[in-house]
Amino acid sequence: MAVWTGARRREAVERNGLAALLLAPATLLFTLFVVLPMIEAAWYSVYRWNGYGTPTNFVGLRNYWVLLRNGVFSTALFNTALVVAVSLLIQLPLALGMALLTANRFTGVNLFRTIFFLPYILGEVVAGLIWRFVFDDSFGLSHAIAAWLHVDPPYILADPDLAIYAILIVVIWKYFGFHMMIYIAGLQDISREMQEAAAIDGASRLQQLRHITLPMLAPSIRLSVFFAVVGALQLFDLVMPLTGGGPANATHTMVSFQFVFGITRMDIGFGSAVGVVLFILCVGFTAAFRRVLTRTA
Amino acid sequence: MVASRLFPLARLATLILVAILVMIPLITVALGGFKTIGELRTNPFGLPAMWDWTNYGGILSSAIFWRALANSAWLSAATVFLTVTFGLMAAFAFAQIRFLGRSFLFSYFLLGLLFPAATAILPLFVRIRDLGLLDSYWGVILPQTAFGLCMSIVLLWGFFRQLPQELWGAAVIDGCGYAGFLWHIVLPLSRPILATVSVFTLVHSWNAYLLPLTLLNSSQRYPWPLAIMQYANDYSVDWNLILAFITLTLIPAVAFFLLAQRQIIAGLTSGAVKG
Repeated sequence: MAVWTGARRREAVERNGLAALLLAPATLLFTLFVVLPMIEAAWYSVYRWNGYGTPTNFVGLRNYWVLLRNGVFSTALFNTALVVAVSLLIQLPLALGMALLTANRFTGVNLFRTIFFLPYILGEVVAGLIWRFVFDDSFGLSHAIAAWLHVDPPYILADPDLAIYAILIVVIWKYFGFHMMIYIAGLQDISREMQEAAAIDGASRLQQLRHITLPMLAPSIRLSVFFAVVGALQLFDLVMPLTGGGPANATHTMVSFQFVFGITRMDIGFGSAVGVVLFILCVGFTAAFRRVLTRTA
Repeated sequence: MVASRLFPLARLATLILVAILVMIPLITVALGGFKTIGELRTNPFGLPAMWDWTNYGGILSSAIFWRALANSAWLSAATVFLTVTFGLMAAFAFAQIRFLGRSFLFSYFLLGLLFPAATAILPLFVRIRDLGLLDSYWGVILPQTAFGLCMSIVLLWGFFRQLPQELWGAAVIDGCGYAGFLWHIVLPLSRPILATVSVFTLVHSWNAYLLPLTLLNSSQRYPWPLAIMQYANDYSVDWNLILAFITLTLIPAVAFFLLAQRQIIAGLTSGAVKG
């Protein structure tokens, strides 16, 4: 008996030791470069600090106060809301429509799916540059249309009122294929028998869509809403090549605001406060979304 | 009856229209690289009157282009290798070994899926600088790996968890320890999921912008997204050169996508379900 427990204990020690060994690198990296910086962001955000030495100039919630009264940050928040709205009201229906049209097999279906998905795999920076050309007043699309109408071409990206709409177009172009793929994956789980049964019972295509397909697609729709919102909150890479947040700071998103006013100016405290607001919005949205999900489910 | 006969036609017309709208910018860019600046101004969307290879030739023989691709290749390769290796080790431990604090540590990693990376960026800059890694490849690779680990662990764990218990029993009878079990039995079975995780991580690190932008200073270490931004700002009026540069960076991305389409989509949809 004593020998048996000894062997078991040795086995348990070995097991825990091996687990520790296997987990050490991942845990170390994750803690050092993800979790600690998140905590430090909250800490730095109550200091005025240029990043050298240790933060000593405690300013309390002043950075947050300045941030909330900052007009450019309000614009950034508004732009983020705009991206969310366009994603939900235009991009997702478009993605759903394309998913429904390419859900069944027919010749060429894969080609269409591939084309729609293609913008998603291109880097954000290169997608932004491509569209900077398309919007360019002396070369691109607006140049061509204006020349055709014999008027002066507008430079959309240099117009503080219009530039954000140009960005919204690029967002739709870049990401609708991703949402389409989520819907296609969801559509493949819907049983064909049910649709065929409905068709035999005389349900029209529209009725099938409303009463069978859409309700059964609900999990995919929720997922895609979640990704659209979380993605919109963190939009950055696409904005930099298009406008860099300009003209006149009219097209900033939260992260581009943080980059320009926190990182390039080495205002660590203020930039961290932006990061904390972003964190609260992201985690808050996720928590609220989970709650709604579990309540309806 | 008429409606059902018209449906395939209407569907095809809609799909073609959307496909054209999606492709116009891409084709314009690729063709634009063949034009002179004067022709680009008068004829931005049509076929070039003369196929001018000098823009492409100039970029293909420039050091900036190859340097940027080499930097990106090294940053991505190292990130993928570390993310997959460390993720695999951790996921195996979570799925197959009973140890103290397992569920607590697993929830700890799950938290990482919620965190917006931008929140960490300023403290990360301070940390990387204090470690003396600012403006070095490792200063980008290590944080990139850290951010990729959560997804990698969750995807691999989901796969390892479904391996039948009998496999481990058989391995014990054959006198195989955990290490042998992992190496000889689990790894060969996991090839598809490893491919998915690798491709997913590769696409992310290949296109990464914010992290290298913040952590690298010298342009000779720039990965391609930073290099192309710098190029576009330096040559801001020579759109024909910029378009050629853009097209040359699109080619590997599109080729890779066509090759690894299945893994990319599998990674997205499975990652999506877990996210």
